[in-house]
Amino acid sequence: MELRRRGFIKLTGAGLAASTLGAIGFGAAGEALAAAVRPFKLTATSETRNTCTYCSVACGVLIYSLGDRAKNAKSNIIHIEGDPDHPVNRGTLCPKGSALLDIVHAPTRLKAPRYRAPGSNQFKQVSWDFALDRIATLMKQDRDANFIAKNADGTTVNRWTSTGMLAASASSSETAYLTWKVARAFGMLVFDNQARV
Amino acid sequence: MTNTWQDIKNADVVLCMGGNAAEAHPCGFKWVIEAKIENQAKLVVVDPRFTRTASVADLYAPIRPGTDIAFLSGVVRFLLEKDAIQHDYVRAFTNAGLIVKDGFGFEDGLFTGYNEQARSYDKSSWDYELDGQGHARIDDTWQDPRCVINLLRKHVDRYTPEMVSRICGTPQDKYLEVCDLIATTAAPDKALTSMFALGWTQHSVGSQNIRTMAMVQLLLGNVGVAGGGMNALRGHSNIQGLTDVGLLSAAMPGYLTMPKDGEATFERYMATRQFKPLRPGQTSYWQNYRKFFVSFQKAIYGDAARADNDWAYDWLPKLDNDGYDILRAFEMMTNGEVNGYICQGFNPLQAFPDRGKIRGALAKLKFLVTMDPLDTETSRFWQDFGPQNPSDPAKIQTEVFQLPTTCFAEENGSLVNSSRWLQWHWKAAEGPGEARSDIWIMSGIFHRMREMYRKEGGAFPDPILNLAWNYTDPVSPNPEELAKDMNGRALLDLKDESGAVTLRAGQLLDGFAQLRDDGTTSSGCWIFSGCYTEQGNQMARRDATDPREQGIAPNWAWAWPANRRILYNRASADPAGNPWNPAKPIIQWNGSRWVGIDVPDYAPTTKPADAVGPFIMNAEGVGRLFARDQMMEGPFPEHYEPFESPVPNVLHPKVPTNPVARVFANDRAAFGTAQNFPYVATTYRLTEHFHFWTKHALINAILQPEEFIEIGEVLAREKGIAQGGWVRLSSKRGVIVCKAYVTKRIRPLVVNGKPTHVIGVPLHWGFTGQARKGYGANTLTPSVGDANTQTPEFKAFLVNVEKTGAPAPERAADV
Repeated sequence: MELRRRGFIKLTGAGLAASTLGAIGFGAAGEALAAAVRPFKLTATSETRNTCTYCSVACGVLIYSLGDRAKNAKSNIIHIEGDPDHPVNRGTLCPKGSALLDIVHAPTRLKAPRYRAPGSNQFKQVSWDFALDRIATLMKQDRDANFIAKNADGTTVNRWTSTGMLAASASSSETAYLTWKVARAFGMLVFDNQARV
Repeated sequence: MTNTWQDIKNADVVLCMGGNAAEAHPCGFKWVIEAKIENQAKLVVVDPRFTRTASVADLYAPIRPGTDIAFLSGVVRFLLEKDAIQHDYVRAFTNAGLIVKDGFGFEDGLFTGYNEQARSYDKSSWDYELDGQGHARIDDTWQDPRCVINLLRKHVDRYTPEMVSRICGTPQDKYLEVCDLIATTAAPDKALTSMFALGWTQHSVGSQNIRTMAMVQLLLGNVGVAGGGMNALRGHSNIQGLTDVGLLSAAMPGYLTMPKDGEATFERYMATRQFKPLRPGQTSYWQNYRKFFVSFQKAIYGDAARADNDWAYDWLPKLDNDGYDILRAFEMMTNGEVNGYICQGFNPLQAFPDRGKIRGALAKLKFLVTMDPLDTETSRFWQDFGPQNPSDPAKIQTEVFQLPTTCFAEENGSLVNSSRWLQWHWKAAEGPGEARSDIWIMSGIFHRMREMYRKEGGAFPDPILNLAWNYTDPVSPNPEELAKDMNGRALLDLKDESGAVTLRAGQLLDGFAQLRDDGTTSSGCWIFSGCYTEQGNQMARRDATDPREQGIAPNWAWAWPANRRILYNRASADPAGNPWNPAKPIIQWNGSRWVGIDVPDYAPTTKPADAVGPFIMNAEGVGRLFARDQMMEGPFPEHYEPFESPVPNVLHPKVPTNPVARVFANDRAAFGTAQNFPYVATTYRLTEHFHFWTKHALINAILQPEEFIEIGEVLAREKGIAQGGWVRLSSKRGVIVCKAYVTKRIRPLVVNGKPTHVIGVPLHWGFTGQARKGYGANTLTPSVGDANTQTPEFKAFLVNVEKTGAPAPERAADV
């Protein structure tokens, strides 16, 4: 028991600079001996405050990543846990939130744009330029062909209903605002989000 | 939510009905446990299933899916009959005493003004009698038979305990116990909180489910007070934000609404939106609509929105119907009227009703774009995955673009939680491979389109060429800059009445009270104004201190509107300004202004004697027991059966279902009847999964690896279905084959004298990710929605179930 407590103090000292454990208030205790124990796994990580991506309780989470955010250091997220300071979840997470790390690193995370040609039975990887050029071209063709400037009564209506969009309700409000601007500037009305489902 | 998550701890009674918070919102639900432990609160659960929420309840009552209005109308009747209402509150803060026009009525399931052909109402009789000044007439003594409270009493009179039990299948004694507990909160210092979710919204009468409960809360005096309110537990992390920013067919940011064809000019548009007060001296805050609208147009079109072009009003597309919602969009797609579709973080093949229809509709597109961190089913709708997604790719001509996006951990930005808090989050790492943010992708599409319109011209390029895009990095605008756009700025020096400059040109606004309608201010979302000011990013605040530990935490992040944490909080005090509950005041009148732990939802120096109502967005200033023309089905809620129901509507057999729900002919033809599909089904989530995402996460895929249904022991015995045995579950629209979990948690209900079985259908499985392949609950669900919101009826439909053998082993997925 005593050994364990001593070990805890040692590694607290080691983790002080980089982790929230510093907030516990152990100061420099045990720093000299820290090198002798296996480092606490979050010692070398950077901490980032974030919000769980699932439901609207919006639990605060702390994301720990390797890498010090220097220009050439690539961050790698290795641990996610509840934020104890958050007034709603106070450090707790549910079975979904507890497994956030697995969604960040899911093997089915997409890594490159892919394109499926008409009639094809497979995706092929393409460049961003190919994908976005082609999408914009298809959209412009459709808009130019089907845009309704005036209705039968001669009222200006400026709508485009032959292309539609569903917006993401896990995206930020800033993304949402930019998406709104773009979709409506095109004249889109077939436009919706996940509020219903 | 009108209140905060932590405020739930102040409740005396918690009603979970239309939701299963313990499993779907576990970390919010702990505040219910806190209420039970610290406040001796009673938890009441009304649900078709004995959920985990029910397992910690003080009182559980079962109910047949789709009959909540009957149950709650019975509660209203009970409260009025026992006089268990908070009289002073109801008299001062609701429209109970306002007098309704002669000519309004209700008979055999229909309100006055019904047009059967159009399946809609002429709502002109659904209104108050007005005096010469255009104000609603009132009888504070409630003697006039036409005053709202008396019409309500008459309307709910049919919902006797016997009738409620006959419709809902809830045993009468349980139902009356629930009524008794609810009624205890009519005391001025007691509060009930209503916690609900898609269990109420996903019905053809979803909006009216919620409205009925809101009426119960008004009668009990539970709106605006600590531990009270109507608390919609929103599902996705930013679905509140997406709604606030108006990413819905008929919506604009901040609950402004898109123009319609009939509103040919800006003045015509404004004429129906500047709500004049319906009672003397009321706030009627929407009178400021013009300021919000003009400031919005300035935000998105900058100098191109001018007084002489009506602030570019014509650049907004006009609607020729109530909205192109998802059900209409897929009907149009089925009919070949949609060529292109973009799914940003959205998986309609899993999420929308009648999966067969969705799959067929997607195949009619010329192009489909998906933007998602994950490999979604929708992006692979064209691929053959066996019985879970049968397809012949050679016959599908759709071009599909699968674009990889970053996820929450890989971006900065804000999310609006269920209680309207805007919380900022920070990027922890880059996305994998070539994944890009949605902002980068949308900007990329926009720039390419704008460039082509610049060079080649084309259909009406003006709004595209003039869209304001003054971002430091136009290729990928910084989220902080977008947040400031929404907050809004002074475009010229703003001066007060004395001529002193209060804000210099270019400075960020302090709040929406500074907005003007002359083009001198901008704000991309007026209700967010105050979130990012000259004092910095208010959404990033992290001070969790909480005065009196009452669950407000006013300096944590920022809440819309105006950092107000409890909506309608003026109603927490009596007409004289003293708190109804002296132990938990929110705001009170100190003789010269309103003071307290929250930002007053009220003009801070309005004297109580002026009798300005607390419901400042309503033209009457009071809460509505009678909804005027605001709801499609009628000013009072009425019980209509689900479109697929095992029983007739015993109240009015000729009008069994929602008479104004929009039903497309193809969808109506795909409704089943109880003769072939005798069991009631309902869909739901499990605590281990979030929709169709977590099956991509290894731990969650291990925790709940495969599709199953839940059926009660009685039905299982009847059908010879063993625990864990294979079943074939069918509706008129499709079939799923999966295992059955036989449970004590769902029991047969006696409805209209007959035993009725309910089958539970969890909805998480598809054919991508790490869990086993599944058919998806939406294979079974009907394509019909609520008449106000078009939210699909996932929570009550008909199925049949049969025992079957194990399917052939899965072939390797050819992903």
